[in-house]
Amino acid sequence: MRLRFRLSMLVVLFAVALSVWVPQAQASALEGAVTALDARSFAAKSKAVDALEALGEPDALPALRAMLEGMLFREKASKRVVIAEKIGGEYKISDALSGAELGQVKKAKLKKVSVNNRLRGRLQLAIGSLALNARDAETRTKSARSLTKQGNISMLPALDKAIAAETEPSVESTMRIARHAIQTKAGNQADRLAAITALDGVLDQDVMFILGTLSQKANEADPVVRALAAATLASTESSGRFYGAAETLFFGISLGSVLLLAAVGLAITFGVMGVINMAHGEMIMLGAYTTYVIQQWLPNAIEVSLAIAIPAAFLVSGAVGMAIERGVIRLLYGRPLETLLATFGISLILQQAVRVIFSPLNRSVITPDWMSGALEVNAALSFTYNRLTIVIFTIVLLAGIAALLRYTAFGLQMRAVTQNRQMASVMGIRTNWIDALTFGFGSGIAGIAGVALSQLTNVGPNLGQQYIVDSFMVVVFGGVGNIWGTVLGAMTLGVANKLLEPWAGAVLGKIFILIFIILFIQKRPSGMFAIKGRAAEN
Amino acid sequence: MSVASNVPRTSLFFRLLANDTGSRIFLGAIIALMILVPALNLLASPDSWFHLPSFAVGLFGKYLCFALLALSVDLIWGFCGILSLGHGAFFAIGGYAMGMYLMRTIGPRGVYGHPVLPDFMVFLNWQELPWFWHGFDMFWFAMVMVVLAPGLLGFVFGWFAFRSRVSGVYFAIISQAMTYALMLALFRNDMGFGGNNGLTDFKDVLGYSLRSDNTRAVLFVLSCLALVGGFVMCRTIVASKLGRVLMAIRDSEARVRFIGYRTDIYKVFVFTLSSMLAGVAGALYVTQVGIINPSEFSPLKSIEIVVWVALGGRGTLYGAVLGAISVNALKSYFTALAPEMWLFLLGGLFVIVTIALPKGLAGLGIKLPWPRPSRPWPATSFLRGSARDDHS
Repeated sequence: MRLRFRLSMLVVLFAVALSVWVPQAQASALEGAVTALDARSFAAKSKAVDALEALGEPDALPALRAMLEGMLFREKASKRVVIAEKIGGEYKISDALSGAELGQVKKAKLKKVSVNNRLRGRLQLAIGSLALNARDAETRTKSARSLTKQGNISMLPALDKAIAAETEPSVESTMRIARHAIQTKAGNQADRLAAITALDGVLDQDVMFILGTLSQKANEADPVVRALAAATLASTESSGRFYGAAETLFFGISLGSVLLLAAVGLAITFGVMGVINMAHGEMIMLGAYTTYVIQQWLPNAIEVSLAIAIPAAFLVSGAVGMAIERGVIRLLYGRPLETLLATFGISLILQQAVRVIFSPLNRSVITPDWMSGALEVNAALSFTYNRLTIVIFTIVLLAGIAALLRYTAFGLQMRAVTQNRQMASVMGIRTNWIDALTFGFGSGIAGIAGVALSQLTNVGPNLGQQYIVDSFMVVVFGGVGNIWGTVLGAMTLGVANKLLEPWAGAVLGKIFILIFIILFIQKRPSGMFAIKGRAAEN
Repeated sequence: MSVASNVPRTSLFFRLLANDTGSRIFLGAIIALMILVPALNLLASPDSWFHLPSFAVGLFGKYLCFALLALSVDLIWGFCGILSLGHGAFFAIGGYAMGMYLMRTIGPRGVYGHPVLPDFMVFLNWQELPWFWHGFDMFWFAMVMVVLAPGLLGFVFGWFAFRSRVSGVYFAIISQAMTYALMLALFRNDMGFGGNNGLTDFKDVLGYSLRSDNTRAVLFVLSCLALVGGFVMCRTIVASKLGRVLMAIRDSEARVRFIGYRTDIYKVFVFTLSSMLAGVAGALYVTQVGIINPSEFSPLKSIEIVVWVALGGRGTLYGAVLGAISVNALKSYFTALAPEMWLFLLGGLFVIVTIALPKGLAGLGIKLPWPRPSRPWPATSFLRGSARDDHS
């Protein structure tokens, strides 16, 4: 038997020597080493583990993990080393290397590969170092993370080797953090201090836990290390707070962008015509459903369908808006409260129409792949791509609206009517046409907002209702006649909402915001940016 | 401003009705209803053709509560130009105050059998009654709160809003924000009002079972009386000198202010009164319907009330009642017949009434060959004033 072992060791060594040039040989060496795990003595098993670690093949990971968990067996008949999983009274066995299933066998046919505590420690190290060489970056990162948490000094050489071999920068930095984290626990004082300094500003729960442990007298004898650890922890925590605040701000701005998208069309129509369009939310909804319909036509080209949906939603909602203006609002001129009621009736009709045509249930709109996921700056700060897209989209849309208001004849006439309708009319502006166009324009923008919102939430008949109260708040808070008032109003409300959320909860936070606006209106009845002077009087 | 001087000093009640056909017809109809409905329900034998099923009594009672609510909205919108899109909040608060009393009277008969705590509190593992639930075991206290709680909210909200001259569309929007905020708040379980299930499962009121026909009949009569009382009160107010000031505010608030009236005080007064009236309507509603939950606060419900008033005819009082009853009757009919058509119809009503019937159904009635009032009620000039006043 000893002979067999020696032979197998020879094979392993030979294979190791060959492996550099011949991958085929490596595979068989791997097989040999895995078979050797089933050696008689613990010392021999340990040598087999050494050999596997030296091979550096991540394929050996399942076998090692199984061995650690007591799931590695020898099939008595074939003398193969297998991984067995107990299912009912029997064991399901699979090949230790390839993972290929080999069927179910009785317990009597198997012999467990026994381990002792020393071997367990050895196995853990081997698993850690093999995982550091795993082919996929995710496993490598995970392994580095677990080393940060519970690695010990003996892992350093393997870690150093892995860092040297690493090609992915993000994985490499994770490994370096793990290396520093291990170094803080042992070694000479200078090395430890250097490691602690290197961990400054690393926003990782485990790193901060290590620093916290080191700064306590009970865990750390060296006062210099203790002091530095405490100082580093404090500075890390403060930078964590900073990034946390930055993320809250980003959330707030992205919520503000959504509010702004929903409200900007409303602000334009309210500013120019002085009427509240209660069907505004339904214009958003129509835009979202336009996106849905176009996506049904082009199910395989999500990006293209979105690109088509933006102008299409503008046209659909804009056309409906103009129809509402010509058909209803024009007749209620000078009666803003009646307009409010009539447009509310229209909103009920549109909602119900959508319920009948599509379904009362939500429809899901597919988002492009690049919109999922997040741009992770560090553990405390990450920007989700869909929010980022919405923010950028809002900025572009807003720039477009501002340019249109500023540089086109339509924009000029619209601003003139906003400031003084009668005077504008005297100067030859056809105010009723401007009204119709403005209403169409504002509704069209709501439609575009609907395209954007369809990427964030479900598309359903109540989509518009969810945003209508919020949009009113933005318009009332920001004031009318000035697009920047709307921007500032939306951003303030968005950020305030997200600031309140952590300590008041989402619902209570929203209630506070509503109360705040009700009180704010008392102080500034026309919002933050009211039109001043004579025009404001009527 | 001396209005009373050119009217003979007879009894106020007769003076009110002397020149108002609509109101006379209305009061007659309500009193007839008050006698007929319980009589047909209780006295007619169940087999006879005249028998009115019990559920109909509850249904009519519900309509009357809505009518009272519409009356309260007409008082401020029709006569003072204040469009509140949050009046459902006062209605619901009155309802909740009543519901809290009814909840306390359940006592140990609840599902969990706790002697004091209502079921939902036991369910939430609460150990003792929250402070604001104390006192609601007493009927008189609950009745005071039915009027006081909505009145207080109306006063505070109105005081804030009117003092800083928030009017027109802006007022409409913030009143909507108010009811929306309250709805969100009451949907929370830890507010102590039963969360989204609200308060329900009531057993009896003042010892009389809510399931018995007699109690339902009495509640119906009470609703009629409340409606008549509310109507007479509102009619008295709008016919008085105070009413003239209110209407002047509706037509041009700035001018009234320049003459030297403190318009904000008038507005706060009428708004508070109106919210109390809405609270009473809510209390009667909850007793007859048997449930109150936060959906009563939803902005949609509040806007619906305004449509009842608009459909019936603003600024006539009886028009509001007519509107409330007819829209709700239509709703009961259509939601049973073709539920998906109801919202089309309601939405269409909003549009058609505002465009084609600015004076509502009551406005149609004037064209009928009925005896014309000797001195017509001031026409409901659909305001250009209040909304376009200072700030909108």
